[in-house]
Amino acid sequence: MTEPLATLRGVSVSYAREGGRAFALREVDLAIAKGERLAIIGESGSGKSTLALALAGLLPPEAAVSGQIDWPGFAEGPRAGRDIGMVFQDPGSSLNPVLTIGELVSEGAVRHLRLGRAEARQRALDLLARVRIPQPEAALDAYPHQFSGGQRQRIAIACAIAASPKVLIADEATSALDMIVQAEITALLDMLVREDGMSLIFITHDIALAAKLADSIAVFRDAMLVEAGPARQVLGRPVQDYTRSLIATHIDFSSPRLIGEPA
Amino acid sequence: MREPFVVAEGLRKTFRSRERAVIALDDVSFSLARGETLGLVGPSGSGKSTLARALMRLVEPDGGSIRIDGEDWLGLSGKALRRRRGAIQMVFQDPLAAFNPRATIGGALDDPLRIHGMADRGERPRRIAELLERVGLPSGFAQRAVHEVSGGQRQRVAIARALATRPALIVLDEAVSALDVSVRGRILELLADLQKSDGIAFVFVSHDLAVVRVIAHRVAVMDAGRIVETGNTPDVIANPQSATGRALVAAVPTLNLG
Repeated sequence: MTEPLATLRGVSVSYAREGGRAFALREVDLAIAKGERLAIIGESGSGKSTLALALAGLLPPEAAVSGQIDWPGFAEGPRAGRDIGMVFQDPGSSLNPVLTIGELVSEGAVRHLRLGRAEARQRALDLLARVRIPQPEAALDAYPHQFSGGQRQRIAIACAIAASPKVLIADEATSALDMIVQAEITALLDMLVREDGMSLIFITHDIALAAKLADSIAVFRDAMLVEAGPARQVLGRPVQDYTRSLIATHIDFSSPRLIGEPA
Repeated sequence: MREPFVVAEGLRKTFRSRERAVIALDDVSFSLARGETLGLVGPSGSGKSTLARALMRLVEPDGGSIRIDGEDWLGLSGKALRRRRGAIQMVFQDPLAAFNPRATIGGALDDPLRIHGMADRGERPRRIAELLERVGLPSGFAQRAVHEVSGGQRQRVAIARALATRPALIVLDEAVSALDVSVRGRILELLADLQKSDGIAFVFVSHDLAVVRVIAHRVAVMDAGRIVETGNTPDVIANPQSATGRALVAAVPTLNLG
């Protein structure tokens, strides 16, 4: 039996709306094992990003949360930034534009690992090299806008792992990138998680990307968990029609073409 | 032999700011037949959206020529350009940003019918209902606001708006990229059906070669402002000749069903 990282029991998240409540997550039961790579897949409005925020403790104050999330490995619960690293979809808006890359990347290390200035700079340099930023020394004093979208996402990943978190949550971290950069960032996440033994929670709308990276898959739809299990089982022998339809609508090089020859 | 419907030759465009110059189009040439779909693929910044906008004349190239139906498309201006503009329409990635958010769907479809003189005032409600029906939406949608309907429905409205002027060419710039997968397939089917029934040519811009394979007869691979490779889509995927083509093929994840 693998050790649990987190156990969710009856977790619901809702927001007050005119004449009632709107549920962003409804009665979710889910077990996440330590060291596993879990893909959360779903379409818009499925609740997958709400789940990420709930796990990281980053839900807005107006969110009403019920149910229970247990983290057996953390006496006082995990802290976002120290124990949980987060990577979001748009690095253009998640990186503070007025801080240098060195300041951004060392912030987590300074705050959570209590490193001094020189040590923190060295740590930032090491992290930038790990996420394969070219000329990391020069990058330390540059600003986010001087980098491409893909490189900004590498920098955001360096920020996320700066305090050596046990868990990395990537919320559509590759969705805004072109396919070539997406493949590179996916490979980078894969390598970092493997090397550091982190648990990875990978949130995506792309079932093929989930299949490539994950040990387990949880499928969400309309704020509810549809089914969860080992990736092979969920993809190979899906129990729910919705999962089957997600697999059927996926487009890759074996999908039927919709066109004949031009007239 | 008759010249293809669209012939672009030697297109160039450089964007300049104080500090630097970016070559967005570097000697780009291609052709497109009536009823044919050309996929434009490439990484971010490769020039595919600039090329799409140059076709629309939303961006003026620095050099080169585009002939449409034998006519010098870049040489048209004023009234002559306005009269022909309806022949080429565009559908963008984010349909919410592509509409006046306060418009009703009927109003959004009324605009091109009125502006391009496609139908009299009395006739237009019927034409709007027809357009909605063609894209698989109920005619009652005309009274709804654009922001009230789902993303997939909104993209159908964008396609209906493009169809209003009976175009011979529709440029689709990442038009299915922001849609949920279940919706994406049905929009692609709609586009293929419209092409079959009306013989519309498409330029289909996408970063996803797997989606391009489904809808495009031929594909042009762009990188750094140049077309680095072009051919029948299945051939390019089976045997890519350029480094960019190979990288795009390799980047498509295969769904391994265990």
